[in-house]
Amino acid sequence: MDLNLTDEQRLLRESAERFVAESYDADHRRRMANDPLGFSPAVWKQFAELGWLALPIAEEFGGLGGSAVEIGILMETFGRGLVSEPYIATVVLGAALVERCGSTAQKQAALPKIADGTLKLALAHSERAARFDLAKVATIANKTAQGWRLSGSKIAVLDGHAADEIIVSAHIHDHRGPSGRIGLFLVSAQTPSLAISDYARLGGGRACNIELSDVFLPEAALLGDGDDALPAIEWAIDRAMAALGAEAVGIMQVLLDTTLEYTKIRKQFGRPLSANQVIRHRLADMAVQVDEARSMALRAALKVDAEPVERARAASGAKAKIGKCARFVGEQSIQLHGGMGVTEELEVGAYFKRLVAFDTLFGGSAHHYGRHARLGHTTVPA
Amino acid sequence: MDLSFNTEERAFQDEVRGFIANNLTEEMKRATALTPSVFSDPDIGMAWQRTLHAQGWGAPGWPVEHGGPNWTPAQRWIFETESARAGVPNVNVMGVKMVGPVIIGFGSPEQKNFYLPRILSGEDYWCQGYSEPGSGSDLSSLKTRAVRDGDDYIINGTKIWTTHAHHANRMFALVRTSDGPRQQDGISFILIDMKTPGITTRPILTIGGDHEVNQVFFDDVRVPVANRVGEEGKGWTYGKYLLEFERGSGIASAKLREGLKAIAELAESDLTGRAIDSPDIATRISEVDVDIDALEMTELRVLAALQTGQNPGAVSSILKLRNSEIRQAVTRLGVDVIGHDALAIEPMRPLYRLNHEPAIPEQMLTMVPEYLNGRAYTIFGGTSEIQRDIIAKMMLGI
Repeated sequence: MDLNLTDEQRLLRESAERFVAESYDADHRRRMANDPLGFSPAVWKQFAELGWLALPIAEEFGGLGGSAVEIGILMETFGRGLVSEPYIATVVLGAALVERCGSTAQKQAALPKIADGTLKLALAHSERAARFDLAKVATIANKTAQGWRLSGSKIAVLDGHAADEIIVSAHIHDHRGPSGRIGLFLVSAQTPSLAISDYARLGGGRACNIELSDVFLPEAALLGDGDDALPAIEWAIDRAMAALGAEAVGIMQVLLDTTLEYTKIRKQFGRPLSANQVIRHRLADMAVQVDEARSMALRAALKVDAEPVERARAASGAKAKIGKCARFVGEQSIQLHGGMGVTEELEVGAYFKRLVAFDTLFGGSAHHYGRHARLGHTTVPA
Repeated sequence: MDLSFNTEERAFQDEVRGFIANNLTEEMKRATALTPSVFSDPDIGMAWQRTLHAQGWGAPGWPVEHGGPNWTPAQRWIFETESARAGVPNVNVMGVKMVGPVIIGFGSPEQKNFYLPRILSGEDYWCQGYSEPGSGSDLSSLKTRAVRDGDDYIINGTKIWTTHAHHANRMFALVRTSDGPRQQDGISFILIDMKTPGITTRPILTIGGDHEVNQVFFDDVRVPVANRVGEEGKGWTYGKYLLEFERGSGIASAKLREGLKAIAELAESDLTGRAIDSPDIATRISEVDVDIDALEMTELRVLAALQTGQNPGAVSSILKLRNSEIRQAVTRLGVDVIGHDALAIEPMRPLYRLNHEPAIPEQMLTMVPEYLNGRAYTIFGGTSEIQRDIIAKMMLGI
């Protein structure tokens, strides 16, 4: 058992913090909020040069073979800067699914390009009727003589507008009819009859809805050999939730620090707000919740490779708990800033909106406490 | 970073499991499970202390020269976790975890030689003389006075909330030896033999129906000056050191987890008509379970920081705050899970030696008293409000 950072992990944190401090200021964030792409290709190139895009990819495919703990270190710092680059979509979800499900040829084709920054991916899985149930997929992939024909509607695709290729999930129908298996298909963003409508995402970055009406794909578009991909999707989204949890911790820390400073300088009734015990106790509760969230994000990261039930309980537990902490810390940050907290003149609102988006992504607290409960109560750690 | 145990740690885990399996009697286990107050009765707790001592495990946190086992933080974690999982009795924490570290840190060689072996062996049973009727959260306003008379102090005053004063043969106490410019000045830390003439003890029953705490009165109680720990007037420093141990030394999550598991098992049984089938109950169990995960992880992070020589500081207040709140959430859940059976009161103690058939199944007997007595968790050892004050001051600088 060892919970101390290695030297490499410390260096990673330092370089990430330096990057965010130097390149990711309030002006940059404001520009990105009004940018049609929602992020900066120059910054993405820097990510590649710093090795961050290669971080979790296996060394044999041009990666660094890093763990979820390193991803968490990076994501927490991204949270501090409210980074809007498509890291989750491309690296945490996209690269992981290609690496887990793809054939050797597919991995060789995609992973080195992700690592060097020349390929961006997105995952199109969610559907309106499924809500947060990952097993519910109405999109259909019909086997044809030449390959596949996909039809269906996907929503809330993170950074799908910027992706070169989109990983689309669909129920496989072969010549015998429904196979009961979900397949993942690599679909080029240039494919005809793929209708992508993107929108500005709450809290920064963009997302899109995708209509697939008889999208014809070659045989090789299917990732891997057609085994049911649901366990891989659950695995990848559990990993993404751990990474997003770390990002939320970084966001919460900024809100706590900012709010703390504000209560020290803002005077009412002739004294700083922080002179009031009701304010001090609120801030203490916020600090406790930031700390609890930090523990849960780390715990989820350390369990991403555990057996599925343990991993899923850790990921859902973290998502639920961090979501609850995030709402509290975010809402109280606004409350303690008073009227100014509700305006666009301060950045408190921008950080808060990213927390709300976090709580919503892949299902909110109530959904994940429910999933945790359905997974059973008898698991004992260690 | 890695949460899993290495080969040596797994071997140690097996050793601890084997030791507990060979030594923990069914009676101790049953008595512990059926104790609805914070501490085990001394006959149960001290029997376990003697067993641990015989193994060299009587004081896990002490330095090796005073009889500590010289464990790594991971080993301490394993020991506490396995102990909780097996349901071992509480030992006399006022001795091992409170006064012991203070004597080790600030006591004279004579005090160390005399008291420490008697704590380890279970020969002495300690109680804590801190709070007074007029001094709760504002502890340093305490008024129990020790006046110098030759080689003795003469002590007058009263202490309250004294856990197991009716069992203890010794008390460590904070007493006022002078009036300084600040109320924290002039307090001394003193060790008192409970058989000294002039000490009387009044029982206080708590709302769960248990006699655990007392009020203790001192009328011209003569205590040798040699029983003072450290310097005269510096008792507040030693007392705060002890409080940090009281709040932060615990590995509490393992016990919380066992408490929740017992409730989850009841919820899954026909005795409660399968309370778990209500989505509300199932989700609440998960919420508490996840809160325990977070506390457990924070405890592990603190252990790792201690390992590298860092001081946990105000984190001990976070641990105390969350441990007490989660304990209350566990006990609240217990009451809700047993449903109608929460209406039954069993006034007889101890619950593990009833001379009649109880009205409700045995494993439900502690739920309501634990919930009621458990309201004290957010009050003793510094109220939650005081913990928030400490977090604001020490962590946030306000």
